[in-house]
Amino acid sequence: MGDVLLVVTDTTPRLTWNLIADVAAIFQYQFMDNAYMAGTVVAIVAGAIGYFVVLRGSAFAAHALSHIGFAGATGAVVLAINPIFGLLAFTMGSGMVIGALGSRLRSRDVTIGIVLAWTLGLGVLFISLYTGYAQEAYALLFGEILGISVQEVLITAVVAGLALVALVVMYRPLLYASVDQDLALAKGVPTVALSVAFMAVLALAVTDAVQVVGVLLIFALIVTPAAIAIRFTTRPRFAIATAVGLSLAFTWLGLAIAYYSPHPVSFFITSLAFGTYVAVRVVEVLHTRVSRTTSADA
Amino acid sequence: MNVVVASGLAARYAERTVWSGADFRISRGSFTAVLGPNGAGKSTLFKLLLGQLTPAAGDLTVFGAHPHAGDPRIGYIPQSSSFDADFSIRGRDFVGLGIDGHRWGIPLGGGARDRRVVDDAVGVVDAARYVDRPIGRLSGGEQQRLLLAHALVGQPELLLMDEPLSHLDVRNQGAIVNVIGKVVRERGITVLLIAHDVNPLLPYIDNVLYIANGKTAIGRPSDIITAATLSAIYSAPIDVLTDRMGRVFVTGLDEEVTHPHG
Repeated sequence: MGDVLLVVTDTTPRLTWNLIADVAAIFQYQFMDNAYMAGTVVAIVAGAIGYFVVLRGSAFAAHALSHIGFAGATGAVVLAINPIFGLLAFTMGSGMVIGALGSRLRSRDVTIGIVLAWTLGLGVLFISLYTGYAQEAYALLFGEILGISVQEVLITAVVAGLALVALVVMYRPLLYASVDQDLALAKGVPTVALSVAFMAVLALAVTDAVQVVGVLLIFALIVTPAAIAIRFTTRPRFAIATAVGLSLAFTWLGLAIAYYSPHPVSFFITSLAFGTYVAVRVVEVLHTRVSRTTSADA
Repeated sequence: MNVVVASGLAARYAERTVWSGADFRISRGSFTAVLGPNGAGKSTLFKLLLGQLTPAAGDLTVFGAHPHAGDPRIGYIPQSSSFDADFSIRGRDFVGLGIDGHRWGIPLGGGARDRRVVDDAVGVVDAARYVDRPIGRLSGGEQQRLLLAHALVGQPELLLMDEPLSHLDVRNQGAIVNVIGKVVRERGITVLLIAHDVNPLLPYIDNVLYIANGKTAIGRPSDIITAATLSAIYSAPIDVLTDRMGRVFVTGLDEEVTHPHG
């Protein structure tokens, strides 16, 4: 995004049987270095916050934030500003409003959906106002990590750093409020302020993740790794570490595969995430069947 | 010594006065059952005690001062606390949040000491067998025991339990009440417990706080759960029947009991 780097290679790189040479080949280009740096930073923050998104049942809110951010990003493009700032402003603003609505509000998801539809409409308007090229919109919707500049890597890292520091500070009361809001409130945890702060941090993470997978595919980096992680461990810190590890694996592998293929990175990252999730669920079902037949008292 | 003192207390919730003119004292180490129909304002009393609501009139003190949110001396089990089947947190981690869940940051030291406190509370409620399982996979009775352990690790002096017995079968009700009765005697904890049926509680409680029809009454069970007292509260004839097992049943005016504000 931003200053567009159009990478045109006349031939797709070929895989050899030398794994080390293949990996080394990936890093001979600056744009791949940038992609790996940004991807790594994003995977860490997305995996970590994803755990709380899943625990709090805020998956839809995360999805909505990215879509609302789309209007901000396209608006910024019209105003000739780096779209990441428009993205940040819109995800932050809407995130804090959603956080203030609180999870108790039964109609929250309906309200979010209504706002989301309107902001997507705004995004369409902004795209039509910007008579340049559809490339910007495409990059925002589906991610364009191979076109990321060094400056954007830096912004991504700063945003991720802020989000991670905030998560570390909020860790215990956020976990408490996510487990049981009434219990946390009775112990003096400021649950409403925490809900707003969490959505603000989620806005930072979403803004970052849009760089990699775009607004439409945000689930693959934020929700899927954490959804897999909680099936492996019931310990919060292990679950966060697992989610981060999975998020990193999907991003790194997705980038490597994309380097040797003519198809988009986002496709490989989302497919790796989806494939892993399906595999885990299938293994789980088989496992429970086996343990049911082997032990009668389970 | 009194842990809770209410004088001329009135509670307002969602812009309407639910009850008023409440005068009662809860002495240290006593076990009080809070009874009354749905919507009478039993949970509202807990919100006042937790400092989450302010009195509409009158005065309320807890430990000799006005209640404030987050008082570490108060343990709380909210109404209909239960966890979804896919809620993937170990029982042990849930109980541990009762020690330090309200503090900022990621816990670094104090692991061994906290672990002892958790093991101790888990032992008291007899939940050691399943404390390392995901809490969402446990039965209602098992979850209720872990909620009690979670409250106990905070070393409370006052324990507020909002309908911990509903959704439990009779056998589990008896077992949980037995654990509660034992713990509060051993540790000298003052307990207020909201219930619909007083019978499983009768062997353990010192007092009954009855909230109905905008009014409150407190006293020993045998003084409060009588035709005369309840008829006075409801301003209508109420019958109290006692069976051969010593169980009491309140009858009469069912419509007013279920719809006290209708």
